[in-house]
Amino acid sequence: MSVKEYIRERYFPHMWCPGCGHGTILNSLLHAVDQLQLDKKDLVMTSGIGCSARISGYVDFHSLHTIHGRALAFATGVKLSKPELKLIVPMGDGDALAIGGNHFIHAARRNIDITAIVMNNRIYGMTGGQFSPLSGAGKKATTAPYSTIDSAFDVVKLATAAGASFVARSTAYHVLETIDILKKAINHKGFSVVEILSQCPTHYGRKNKEGNASQMLKFQKDTTAKIGSKALEKNPLLIPRGIFVDNDVPEYCQAYDEVIERAMKGRKA
Amino acid sequence: MARLKLKEHVINRDWCKGCGICVDFCPKQVLELDSKEKVIAARPEDCICCKLCELRCPDLAIEVLTDRDDKND
Ligand SMILES: Cc1ncc(C[n+]2csc(CCOP(=O)(O)OP(=O)(O)O)c2C)c(N)n1
Ligand code: SF4
Repeated sequence: MSVKEYIRERYFPHMWCPGCGHGTILNSLLHAVDQLQLDKKDLVMTSGIGCSARISGYVDFHSLHTIHGRALAFATGVKLSKPELKLIVPMGDGDALAIGGNHFIHAARRNIDITAIVMNNRIYGMTGGQFSPLSGAGKKATTAPYSTIDSAFDVVKLATAAGASFVARSTAYHVLETIDILKKAINHKGFSVVEILSQCPTHYGRKNKEGNASQMLKFQKDTTAKIGSKALEKNPLLIPRGIFVDNDVPEYCQAYDEVIERAMKGRKA
Repeated sequence: MARLKLKEHVINRDWCKGCGICVDFCPKQVLELDSKEKVIAARPEDCICCKLCELRCPDLAIEVLTDRDDKND
């Protein structure tokens, strides 16, 4: 099958700016789904609000474009009622960890079988470039003309501490790694978090003088390194990429089914 | 393993936004932007079929069609 089979071509060209990393993340996700030979009837994508969240309109899966920060709450409802479906939930950094932070940690804590993708461009792209909980200190944004003073969450550490059973990080530059990680995350039984560093050349790039899309991608290449690599050993300030957590722990829907069984004491519903 | 042989670069000019990512990261400098800021395969004979342009394109605008080259088996 070709990746084109998984999109709604009528909505292309898409709304993302030239060189926006979100398009590359869509591309990687389509390749992951295609390589896994998944049937689109078995896939559900829920999304919130943001440039990132517009992704749910472009895939030809079952899709729900919902409200800001709540994509995981909707996904939880879908998954509990139809556990046989695969849930994929891409979110912006604001969507996932500012307004949606509470949903994020609790979905991770429950270990419900959902693949959460954080499309982290370190800014609110859709609303014009306000800083986010992932911008980090010393960054420029429309809401921080003299630079930010807040430090950033580390998505990998946060997801791990909250109980996600699969946690990984890649970038829009490292497409082969992203495809491989997404395939593993989708196949993982439990809550998987994949942080993918993305670039917003229009707001973050311009404000922080990081250059055009290609220069921002080169920055992702130069400032990250694979876990276990010599490069990371030599320079621990680099952002690690790879799979950090891959645990086999009881999944929420399964545990819930067991409760139903206990309550029914062998009787039919 | 059979090596891949290029058939053609299929470029969707309506979807290409001319961001230049494919041009800048092609390991063999096969691609260029034309006067309309759309990508073209300027030197297809140099293509090694790594397909990184296809995978990195944010606009799904380029596809590298290949054949298996059985001579290289
Ligand atoms: C309840 C609510 N609050 C605020 C907004 C305004 N709003 C829309 S998108 C957005 C943030 C988008 O940033 P992010 O999630 O990082 O995604 P990006 O656009 O960068 O991909 C905000 C604050 C909204 N739509 N709904
Ligand atoms: S504003 Fe930023 S995040 Fe939104 S589409 Fe443009 S480049 Fe992408």
